[in-house]
Amino acid sequence: MLKLENVSFKVDVDGEVLEIVDNVSIEVPDGAFTVITGPNGGGKSTLARLIMGIEKPTSGRILYNDIDITNMSVTERAKLGIGYAFQQPPRFKGLTVRRLLSLAAGSELPVDECCGYLTSVGLCSKDYLNREMDNSLSGGEAKRIEIATLMARKLGLAIFDEPEAGIDLWSFSMLVESFKAMSKGSHQSVIVISHQERIMQLADEMVVIAGGKIRETGPKDKIFPKLMGEFNENCGFRGKEE
Amino acid sequence: MEKIDSNLLESIADLHEIPAGAYNIRKNGEGFSRRSTANIEIVTKTDKPGIDIIVAPFTKNESVHIPVIITETGVDDLVYNDFYIGEGAEVLIVAGCGIHNSGDEKSQHDGIHTFHIGKNAKIKYVEKHYGEGDGKGERVLNPVTVVEQEEGSVCEMEMVQIKGVDSTVRDTKAHLAAGARLIMTERLLTHGNQYARSDMEVYLDGEDASSQIISRSVAKDNSKQIFHPNAIGNAKCRAHVTCDSIIMDDATVSSIPAITANSADAQIVHEAAIGRINNDQLIKLMTFGMNEEEAEEVIIQGFLK
Ligand SMILES: Nc1ncnc2c1ncn2[C@@H]1O[C@H](COP(=O)(O)OP(=O)(O)OP(=O)(O)O)[C@@H](O)[C@H]1O
Ligand SMILES: [Mg+2]
Repeated sequence: MLKLENVSFKVDVDGEVLEIVDNVSIEVPDGAFTVITGPNGGGKSTLARLIMGIEKPTSGRILYNDIDITNMSVTERAKLGIGYAFQQPPRFKGLTVRRLLSLAAGSELPVDECCGYLTSVGLCSKDYLNREMDNSLSGGEAKRIEIATLMARKLGLAIFDEPEAGIDLWSFSMLVESFKAMSKGSHQSVIVISHQERIMQLADEMVVIAGGKIRETGPKDKIFPKLMGEFNENCGFRGKEE
Repeated sequence: MEKIDSNLLESIADLHEIPAGAYNIRKNGEGFSRRSTANIEIVTKTDKPGIDIIVAPFTKNESVHIPVIITETGVDDLVYNDFYIGEGAEVLIVAGCGIHNSGDEKSQHDGIHTFHIGKNAKIKYVEKHYGEGDGKGERVLNPVTVVEQEEGSVCEMEMVQIKGVDSTVRDTKAHLAAGARLIMTERLLTHGNQYARSDMEVYLDGEDASSQIISRSVAKDNSKQIFHPNAIGNAKCRAHVTCDSIIMDDATVSSIPAITANSADAQIVHEAAIGRINNDQLIKLMTFGMNEEEAEEVIIQGFLK
């Protein structure tokens, strides 16, 4: 179980203090599929980076399985079973996809296992195993490999940051299937940051963040219809044609 | 063979035993052991130190190993190796120099390698430089490489210096006739107070000659690196030069790629980049459970692979 208690992240930009994440408290139960959504710049990625330890909160506490991880490094949190697929995956010159998956898994992976992970993100494995994770990969390809590295790890908490971004429709369906499979059976908790209805529909829990604050949180069945209603109201131009 | 010898040979030529095919092992400035084959003849020069390696035309799938090892302190070795590759031959040449200097005097090896590559011949040349030993004596390697490529020949050169060489100045010149192709890859890691400089001049003289020069390096601690590749197009040709360096600590790297076109049909491109290890790369690997040093090592090894 992941617990955030009054977590804030403030930055000082030219003497002005910005509250990027403002007093956020949430609980992510074990085995739950949680979707975090909200407008661009709302603070979703920052929240994920705080959970992973890439940024440290300026106040508040983060607990994982009752351990206070607030001051733990990224490495220590990774060893506790937390993983994060970046919104913008970094590229590596000279590292093949197979090596990257093996590094994620912590040991040299057999070919068929690598292939399994790549297939689950909609990549034809043969073509990619020995490709380098460098700038020669397209945005969507790099994004999918990034997701596969999380699948190769044994995690208690997996965070995916907009996994659908830049991914074609066919691969997207594949991805949705993989997330479905992930949320069933395993005890791992999955947090997906997403703007996609189809991913939200898989959620058990939803969190809506805007302006660094939690706007809504609760079971999907409660939040999702509300969100859709709000969306329709706000878009007054819908159906109104010139 | 002694333990130090076999360690050095393994580091520079991946040799675990006496190689198959032709070879010449040079140790502390003298010939140590040698074998010629039916198609590859190795003869000692009479006018100066060194050997001629003569590969018969149309030789296929053969290899030559010519490692040099220095295990004494205070050795100053200068050697001329001339390769004559016959028309249509295809060979692998493995060179390299390993210095084990546990004394306090400088040990140095300067290899002057000249390649005459015949029409449509194809060579792959691999050269590794390596130094070890705990003495204060410097380990110095100053290789000179001259390549003359005839029509339609292909020359692939891989030069690696990963560890333990205190000072190196590399000088490479190549001339390419029509349709010849040269692929030169240089990989370098310097640390401590090491110094490395590499000057290259590639002349694309013939129609449709092409060349690709790739230099990748990592500079750590207080080390200094200077790269100065120059591709000169004298005909309708294509050339691509890339210098890519990772800089760390208090190191200095200077990349000065130059391109010269003496023909309006020459197409020459260069790219150069120097930068730190990207922070996102480090963090990504740390989210796999590595610490910062481990992550750095993985990035450097991948980059120099
Ligand atoms: N270190 C920082 N310094 C200054 N501003 C920051 C910093 N980190 C984040 N921000 C700002 O905080 C806001 C939230 O950023 P964040 O990346 O968390 O948004 P997001 O909800 O993930 O948005 P998107 O949907 O576009 O991915 C943005 O306006 C961003 O520019
Ligand atoms: Mg984001």
